[in-house]
Amino acid sequence: MAETILVVVEQREGKLNRVSWETITAGQAIAAATGWSLEATVVGSGTASIAAEVAGKKVAKVYAVESPKLEPYTPDAFAAALKQFLTAKQPKLVLMPHTYQVRDFVPKLATDMGRTVISDCIGFRHEGGKLVFTRQMFQGKFAADVTFASDAPWFATFQSGAFRGDKAEAGASTAPVETVNVEIAEGVIRNKPQEVFKEAKQAVDLTQAEIIVAVGRGIKEQKNIEIAKQLADALGGDLAASRPICDSGWLPMDRQIGSSGQTVAPKLYLALGISGAIQHIVGMKGSRAIIAVNKDSEAPIFEIADYAVVGNLFEIVPPLTEEIKRVKAGA
Amino acid sequence: MKILVCMKQVPQKDAPLKLNESGTWIREDVSYEVNEPDAYALEEALRQREKHKGEVVVITSGPARAQQVLREALAKGADRAIHLEDDKFVGLDAYNTAKAFAAAIKDEQFDLIFTGLQSDDYGYAQTGVILAELLGWPHATIIMQIERTEGGIRVKRELEAGYFQFVDMPTPAVLTIQSGINKLRYATLIGIKQAKNKPLKKVSFADVQGAVGENLQKIEKLYIPQKTKKTEHIEGSPGEIAKKLVDKMRNELRVL
Repeated sequence: MAETILVVVEQREGKLNRVSWETITAGQAIAAATGWSLEATVVGSGTASIAAEVAGKKVAKVYAVESPKLEPYTPDAFAAALKQFLTAKQPKLVLMPHTYQVRDFVPKLATDMGRTVISDCIGFRHEGGKLVFTRQMFQGKFAADVTFASDAPWFATFQSGAFRGDKAEAGASTAPVETVNVEIAEGVIRNKPQEVFKEAKQAVDLTQAEIIVAVGRGIKEQKNIEIAKQLADALGGDLAASRPICDSGWLPMDRQIGSSGQTVAPKLYLALGISGAIQHIVGMKGSRAIIAVNKDSEAPIFEIADYAVVGNLFEIVPPLTEEIKRVKAGA
Repeated sequence: MKILVCMKQVPQKDAPLKLNESGTWIREDVSYEVNEPDAYALEEALRQREKHKGEVVVITSGPARAQQVLREALAKGADRAIHLEDDKFVGLDAYNTAKAFAAAIKDEQFDLIFTGLQSDDYGYAQTGVILAELLGWPHATIIMQIERTEGGIRVKRELEAGYFQFVDMPTPAVLTIQSGINKLRYATLIGIKQAKNKPLKKVSFADVQGAVGENLQKIEKLYIPQKTKKTEHIEGSPGEIAKKLVDKMRNELRVL
């Protein structure tokens, strides 16, 4: 019997998280490389429409793992439901997107099953019958090839953007959908989640910005933000920052780019003193062009930069601002 | 409230890292610092103790150098420390690290265990959640606020894209703490002095070996990532760089 790859798509309050298409693409690629069969699962309560949406893709089957206790999301209920389902199903490989929700329950699920998760992968290879997963380490300074040294089911999660969601192949015909009702016993769920909310008003929408000047730790002090602001003003762009800058209160949280902030894709992204931690990169790697200024020539930001300036931003930025003003004035 | 804070020593953010000869790990001759989210986890534990009394215990695993992280935590106000001291701890996967921690604290009774949400070296984002499961405790991840309630705690979870959620949960519990939950304090001179007399318990690999098994996942090799993008280096004096960049913006990127 062929081995099975199972993609667990993510839904929140009845809506499919689009990042799930990336995981479907990854699953399709691994299925093509290994010859294994690909199936998908959605976990929740009232997931029929999501299951039907996923069934349009090239997958052999879609399972809707259902219980009223799966809404709202809790790690206890999700781990319990998936443990029941996976124990019966015994897939070889279970794939999920590396979202905050997956991070919240998948280590618990795998541990409960005596298994392990290779988390936040960016790729895979199938070599000599062995599956090798690639993930970043040391904040992206190195890549690592990681393999499973334990029994299946194997769990792996993929970083947002590692595969292209729009490349998920549609199926020749709609895949069959099977509803699997799971029992979640009294007392399993210990957490009581309240309503999801957004903090105050997101005053700044950077997702539509054409030019973004973003600052990181390299800016050193709050008063130095002004240097970046002047550059942004000269360019007619928006000012943004990596997480540590917002944590320090130097810029408001709604200026933060990255996994916990906004995801942007401007025509030009100017990264000043940003080293390029994964959490930041996932929020801006879709930019049309990236100019990075950093004193550390080995900073991971240079891996994805189109133009790299290795040097002191305090020396480089002010003349750049002046030059832009001069050119814009038509001189 | 009795709180355990799991802390990790990682290479300094801008330390130049080199691979070891076998390409399986970095060369150890670099500068180290505390994993940033763990520093916030410690700060939160100290603030909770200031509000509710109790004790803050810090724990780490790693070679002798890792003791520095515990010394700094004691200087900032932690009451005592536990060091799982051996080079072998460095190579453990998240599952076995959590197993070792669980074994080392089996005679303790904590109300809360804090970890940072992930480490800057491995970046698994798993150890805290695994530890909760091994202990049979509830957990919540990426926490931005903690309040005590009748019979438990109310925490504020950070979700993606600017969303948040409050969660009520019983204790004991494990929480993974997000950077920026609070403002970090500095150690005071008197704190540094007092730290010298605070208890620091050492746990050897042999002490927890019974709980630790083979790694469930294996790092085959570590390497410098292959570049997928062609990067053009812009060099020269600041004035020349400015001119070259403006030229690119105008003629290639067409944003000016």
